[in-house]
Amino acid sequence: MKRRIFIKQLAMSAAVAAIGAGSTGLYAADTIKVGVLHSLSGTMAISETVLKDVTLMAIDEINAKGGVLGKKLEPVVVDPASNWPLFAEKARQLLTQDKVAVTFGCWTSVSRKSVLPVFEELNGLLFYPVQYEGEELSKNVFYTGAAPNQQAIPAVEYLMSKEGGGAKRWVLLGTDYVYPRTTNKILRAFLIKKGVKESDIDEKYTPFGHSDYQTIVADIKKFAAGGKTAVVSTINGDSNVPFYKELGNQGLKATDVPVVAFSVGEEELRGVDTKPLVGHLAAWNYFMSLKNPVNEAWKKEWAAYSKKMKLAGADKPLTNDPMEAAWIGIHMWKQAVEKAKSTDVDKVIAAMAGQTFAAPSGITSMMDPKNHHLHKAVFIGEVQANGQFNVVWKTKGPIKAQPWSPYIAGNDKKKDEPDGKTIITK
Amino acid sequence: MRILLIGLWLFASSALALDAATVGKLGFGDGDEKIAAIAALVAEGDVAALALLQAAANGELQTSGKLVLVVKGDEAVDAATGAKVSPPPADAEEVILNNRIRREIEGAVAALKLISPDRAARLAAAKELTGNADEAMLPLINKALAREADPEVKQLLELTQATLELKTGTKESRIAAVRTLGLSTNPNTKMLLLGILEKSKEGSYAEPDEDIRAEAQKSLRALEGRLAWGERAGVLFTSVSLGSILLLAALGLAITYGLMGVINMAHGELIMVGAYTTYVVQNTFKGQFFDWYLLAAVPASFVVAAAVGMALERLVIRWLYGRPLETLLATWGISLMLIQTVRTIFGAQNVQVENPAFMSGGVEILTGVVMPWSRIVIICFAGAVLIGMWLLLTKTRLGLFVRGVTQNRAMASCVGVPTARVDTWAFGLGCGIAGLAGCALSQIGNVGPDLGQSYIVDSFMVVVLGGVGQLAGTVYAALGLGFANKLLEAWQGAVLAKIAVLVFIIFFIQKRPQGMFALKGRALDA
Amino acid sequence: MTGGISRRLYGPRGWAILALFSVAVFVVLPILHLSVPGDSPFHVSSYWVALGGKIMCYAIVAVAMDLIWGYAGILSLGHGLFFALGGYAFGMYLMRQIGSDGQYRQPMPDFMVFLDWKEFPWQWWNSDSFWWCAMLVIVVPGLLAFVFGYFAFRSRVKGVYFSIITQALTFAAMLLFFRNATGFGGNNGFTDFRRILDIPIATPQTRTVLFAVTGATLIGTLLLARWLTTSRFGRVLAAIRDAEQRVMFCGYDTVHYKLFVWTLSAVICGIAGALYVPQVGIINPSEMSPANSIEIAIWVAIGGRGSLVGAILGAGLVNGAKSFFTQTFPEYWLYALGLIFILVTLFLPQGVMGLLNRKKP
Repeated sequence: MKRRIFIKQLAMSAAVAAIGAGSTGLYAADTIKVGVLHSLSGTMAISETVLKDVTLMAIDEINAKGGVLGKKLEPVVVDPASNWPLFAEKARQLLTQDKVAVTFGCWTSVSRKSVLPVFEELNGLLFYPVQYEGEELSKNVFYTGAAPNQQAIPAVEYLMSKEGGGAKRWVLLGTDYVYPRTTNKILRAFLIKKGVKESDIDEKYTPFGHSDYQTIVADIKKFAAGGKTAVVSTINGDSNVPFYKELGNQGLKATDVPVVAFSVGEEELRGVDTKPLVGHLAAWNYFMSLKNPVNEAWKKEWAAYSKKMKLAGADKPLTNDPMEAAWIGIHMWKQAVEKAKSTDVDKVIAAMAGQTFAAPSGITSMMDPKNHHLHKAVFIGEVQANGQFNVVWKTKGPIKAQPWSPYIAGNDKKKDEPDGKTIITK
Repeated sequence: MRILLIGLWLFASSALALDAATVGKLGFGDGDEKIAAIAALVAEGDVAALALLQAAANGELQTSGKLVLVVKGDEAVDAATGAKVSPPPADAEEVILNNRIRREIEGAVAALKLISPDRAARLAAAKELTGNADEAMLPLINKALAREADPEVKQLLELTQATLELKTGTKESRIAAVRTLGLSTNPNTKMLLLGILEKSKEGSYAEPDEDIRAEAQKSLRALEGRLAWGERAGVLFTSVSLGSILLLAALGLAITYGLMGVINMAHGELIMVGAYTTYVVQNTFKGQFFDWYLLAAVPASFVVAAAVGMALERLVIRWLYGRPLETLLATWGISLMLIQTVRTIFGAQNVQVENPAFMSGGVEILTGVVMPWSRIVIICFAGAVLIGMWLLLTKTRLGLFVRGVTQNRAMASCVGVPTARVDTWAFGLGCGIAGLAGCALSQIGNVGPDLGQSYIVDSFMVVVLGGVGQLAGTVYAALGLGFANKLLEAWQGAVLAKIAVLVFIIFFIQKRPQGMFALKGRALDA
Repeated sequence: MTGGISRRLYGPRGWAILALFSVAVFVVLPILHLSVPGDSPFHVSSYWVALGGKIMCYAIVAVAMDLIWGYAGILSLGHGLFFALGGYAFGMYLMRQIGSDGQYRQPMPDFMVFLDWKEFPWQWWNSDSFWWCAMLVIVVPGLLAFVFGYFAFRSRVKGVYFSIITQALTFAAMLLFFRNATGFGGNNGFTDFRRILDIPIATPQTRTVLFAVTGATLIGTLLLARWLTTSRFGRVLAAIRDAEQRVMFCGYDTVHYKLFVWTLSAVICGIAGALYVPQVGIINPSEMSPANSIEIAIWVAIGGRGSLVGAILGAGLVNGAKSFFTQTFPEYWLYALGLIFILVTLFLPQGVMGLLNRKKP
């Protein structure tokens, strides 16, 4: 008898929980829901938590100015916990349960690739703010981060030039997954086209979370004995810290062998002793040290927001490229919704074409009319002792993205716009 | 470089003031103009030029209006005249240098220092030039060699001289140069010698003279032999370094598991606690005593981690004795909570732990083979911890009790050993050692909430391989795994090395299920 | 005869619950998902169907784990490996089914194109055949488990040592699969599936069918496990769990018993993995991570080992809690989860089923 009652109680509470879980937004009918899909725990939390915060700051700012189409934005924050299947599940939840109008999220290419089928099937809208390897162009995604021709190729060109040290030999060092593999493939083709010999290119990969770089740094030293060498590092996340520490400890100075990294920004340098790293480089479309009024205002706003929300790291607020890309993305979306006078996904996609926004990087950022990528300027920065970057070179103006890199065979047949195909074929 | 040396060769008499136009170009010019200015400054060849170039390298050069200033802290000095400018102008902007210019400055400073009265400065300059020498430097190097009395500096200069002679001298001087090069330990020299022996596609040699080629062969063989020794030493060192880290991480686990049969899945998180304690101690030590923070951090991380461990033992683990698999699950839950606590307090980002000065840089045993100080210190530290543990276990009463309880808990209890308290102390000890490991790891890796996760599997492997009950097993297992990992890595790459090591452990356990050094006991497993 | 078996397996109450469950899975849910219009409050969205399917796959794994742990006393901390291997085997078939619809519009999977491979590696032979891959789903985890188990049990590796080497096994496999050169997509894994058996995968109908098949497999696994554990074989297993030495002295060859149930468990996990992958839409080597395998043990511990229904309950509760907490308390869900593990281990050593059974008068 007691057991039956207990089971009934259990079933009731489970049902209540389910209803509660499913009805997380029934209370306010006149808001526009915005999904925030960033990992707040797990290995990617280090990078993605600030993106969630800057998106929420943008939403607060937009709401303070009256919202969009007269309605306030309501953020729906979920934690996919650096777990790729969970990304797909949360994406589906955001689209079917919470019925969000747009989602800002993802960092790693795996997470993006796992949510892509969901967004294409349910005709959702995703803004992806991180630099990536290209080779993708979906109608339902707007890519506000850099494609390889807006980051990797200008960096290598700089290192080849006299100003950059005139490198003749190249070590392409990366973590073993799609972004470094594809980027290195593009760079290899680019270098060979520029006349570099195969024997002067050394490609190396380490697993995720690899922390013992002694052997690799020793190998780089040996390789460098054969001529002026530069290292192109696509090492991801945590492994950057032990790599740089090892470089410093083994005395490999930037003046001898410069290392340019594509995944190291102000945030990644926060946990590192930067004195031995002075002179090593990073290539981005934004640096916190850029001096222009839009950036100064944005940095101030971020510092105040961090303090107000008591975010960890508020004592030393940092801004970086993915944050800037997220910031540009959400503002362009707002402008597109206002232009389309609706949050309907297809109308907003059409209205996004050609959107402009005064970006903190100092340029007027523009969303390409066709290929869903931003035109971005490229900056090469050298690490300074205080953890900031000194801009030593920049492109004359914004560069259009080439998501289908011309250095990969077969890409010349690709169109510079999404196919518009949905996932159900045949 | 060439422009530089032509300048230095014209060793002008010293002047108290530097040429204003040159200084102006250094401050305001573009890349090429800056380099020309550096060369010109070297030509002036006086102490002021050296000071100015050093200030530029330190980032102390700023411009304001038309003036170029050297700014140290609150004081600004006009770079050209040396006159003080006060108050320092508010709109001063930093002169931006890039790698290319910095390289030129380093070469210039080295060149100016070659003739300095300070031996250490000359040594550093000579080392600097061994990689960067240029033919035009030859007369300067000959001149410096002539005045050089110190043997170490002389040897480096001779090497550089030989490198340059090779390209330009007469046949005799070139043979002598090749012989000198054979004595070097620099891998760059190998490329030079290989260049002499290079054959073009048609079969003709780059170097027409046979004698020189023969000498080069001999020198090359000698050099390669020396370099191979250097590499072997390098591999040996990295293996011992990795082994010492594994040992530190696994020692605590060996104690808790060996003594109490408790599988502590939160062990990695206790390492993390030690690392974060080091971070907190570092933050309280800002200022002139900064380098000594490590001395305070070591006992602090031990105490904090031990305290957390003892709290865990009293609250959770005590109720789970005799049920090792349950402790595994409960400690897994604890580890999740510990990670999230740290994430909430310190943020999800990594935190910065700087190495104190004595831990930065390294000892160079051969050119290019550097043993970083931080790793040397960690090896010694691991050794000290090991000896401390051994002393504790063999010479103290607590150690006696711990050993007794490990061998036969029931009997020890009958004899009067307070087993519950011994358990708490022993668990605290094991966790404290994990804290020490965290302190050490904070110096060479990153410190973040997920630090523990990367070391837990390795720690378990060491403990399982080494067998429980004896420290020796853990030591041998840790060193052995370090060696195996590094040797395989040199051969096949990091990932395959790790996989091979894991597969080896799996097979090893099949052969010796209790590990390498198992305690032989009479007790039947129930 | 059948009456005897069915009575042995479950009492009338048990069969009633099973019948109810079957109706829910095969009748109610398809109606609510397919026939009820989308804006009705009774409509079950694709999110719930996918989530339900995923949890049922985990429940199957939990039953398999309970078989070896609750009934044979073998704690494996690497069972996620067999689950993932089954998933990868079926994933290969799904990748071949994408055909030329990938990003690069080539007949090879995208990751092979960007690695510049011109032909399939050896393990992909015949992977466009559904039946071949289905066979691989059973054979690969089974064979690996058999070989590993044979050597381990023969050497009498037990207890903690066994658990740790299963961890080593899954960790090594994870590292291997993370390498792009191994030929399984590296960290990207397999994703972007389009079709099964030439039927589009992202339609409500396919989803419902997958859900129903998973439900059927769960019921089948439960009945099989129940039949096994209530038979003579099950008694010997329980004896091995409680006092292996004595069973050996009685003349039984314990290695055979343990090996059989270990291999069976691995095969069941493999099948669960194969059902998991099309419903979740991605598989990647982090499914083999040691943490995942430890979680499987946690489900069984929370639900109650030694009780098959308890294992299912545990899997449902923990995963349901995870999905709930990551949504409602995204910043604090790890606390809640960790606390649940600790409390259950301390106060509910028999799991939730133990709590329910205790209420019996």
